Amino acid sequence: MKPAPFEYYRAYAPAEVVELLTGLGDEAKVLAGGQSLVPMMNFRLAHPAALVDINAIAELDYVRREGDSLRIGALTRHRTLELSRAPEVQDGFSLLPRAARWIGHYPIRSRGTVGGSIAHADPAAEWCLLARLYDADVVVLGGQGTRVVPSADWFTGFLSTVAATNDVVTEVRFNRPRAFGALTEYARRRGDFAIAAAAVAFDVVDGRCRDVSIVLGAVAGEPLRVTEAEALVEGAEPAAPTWAAAARIAAAAIRPNADTYGGERYRRHLVDTLIQRAFAEAFASDASVSAASGIR
Amino acid sequence: MQVTMTVNGENVTADVEPRLLLVHFIRDHLGLTGTHWGCDTSNCGTCVLWLDEVPVKSCTVLAVMADGHRVRTVEDLERDGRLDPVQQGFIQEHGLQCGFCTPGMMMTARWLLDHEPDPDETRIREAISGQICRCTGYENIVRAIRWASAHPADEEQAAAHPVAEEVTA
Repeated sequence: MKPAPFEYYRAYAPAEVVELLTGLGDEAKVLAGGQSLVPMMNFRLAHPAALVDINAIAELDYVRREGDSLRIGALTRHRTLELSRAPEVQDGFSLLPRAARWIGHYPIRSRGTVGGSIAHADPAAEWCLLARLYDADVVVLGGQGTRVVPSADWFTGFLSTVAATNDVVTEVRFNRPRAFGALTEYARRRGDFAIAAAAVAFDVVDGRCRDVSIVLGAVAGEPLRVTEAEALVEGAEPAAPTWAAAARIAAAAIRPNADTYGGERYRRHLVDTLIQRAFAEAFASDASVSAASGIR
Repeated sequence: MQVTMTVNGENVTADVEPRLLLVHFIRDHLGLTGTHWGCDTSNCGTCVLWLDEVPVKSCTVLAVMADGHRVRTVEDLERDGRLDPVQQGFIQEHGLQCGFCTPGMMMTARWLLDHEPDPDETRIREAISGQICRCTGYENIVRAIRWASAHPADEEQAAAHPVAEEVTA
């Protein structure tokens, strides 16, 4: 047996999850796709006393458009988004299916969930970057009912969020749709955790960049918005010199962590390259094709 | 905890500990040792099988999570003494040496070909990127999958392998 023993509960409704978590106390965890939690349990890095399995809550698996918001149910699998060609996704959020292809490998994407990724809060996780990129709101059900937490307030550090122990993420709402977007990463093997990741989104109005967001992953404890670089691109011409200047500013503005995969200087260099690559890919006439060929 | 699932078309009921991984349930409780157990960390991909018609890494799925669902393992590729084209391709193109990664490779390959009958080399390499082979350098595995793509099963056999409907939002 790889994981340490735990009590197993299966919930059939969101309210039941909160009820179970409230009764079980601090040592219980929500089990969604299990693609991070189960490996951590196999390593015994995590040894929860109890798991509340939410995979039977079919009502949490949906993708819905409401005005400018794309509402994704917490139990929606990565592959559902990856394969989606639905107009409500493509219109303003076409990056989401392209970005989902960067998540792990095929079998991981069939299983892992959007809500699980947001709750796990890995600073290299694609959904966490995308949440900051599109000013997403995280919808949480807890002891006091439902509340909506802006993604800017959700992440509090490495694998940490503002969620209470009896909270369950029920939905992630992506806001601020934009015409152009790209996410790109560098890892030593496709599907591994990124050593650095960059995502950009913007509109182009009258030949000028507008509504610019730039987010970096795997360079800090949480996904990082680089406002200094965003301000430089805002109102500028959508062209290579703009991307290069923004990349330089972003690389200088961050204080990347160092680990066995790369030191501070190496990560700055990656960030510089990845931001330019992301902008160029986003602005390319056929962004979906260039993303699809992103195999190294 | 009692679990009931369909494995290769047969109903199976067993009493298991919640912490039992699906890969161990399949191998140790059901004796279906075609599915291999490698890394426990979703890296190596040798444990790939199908859960409800999609490939998953069975080392990161608890057996209790498969309760009420359908599982398909590498043992189900051969039907009535006839090998699946993917299996035949691995023979024709020498797609294996030690054979450890082979079950996961073949289950992913079958799934890929069910959804994309004629994938190019790039697509094949992307599809198997979640799987590690330490013998062949992947060249022969890619060729084996290309062989299977060029030699699809005849209609009678295809009918026994219903293509799962693609999930779209």
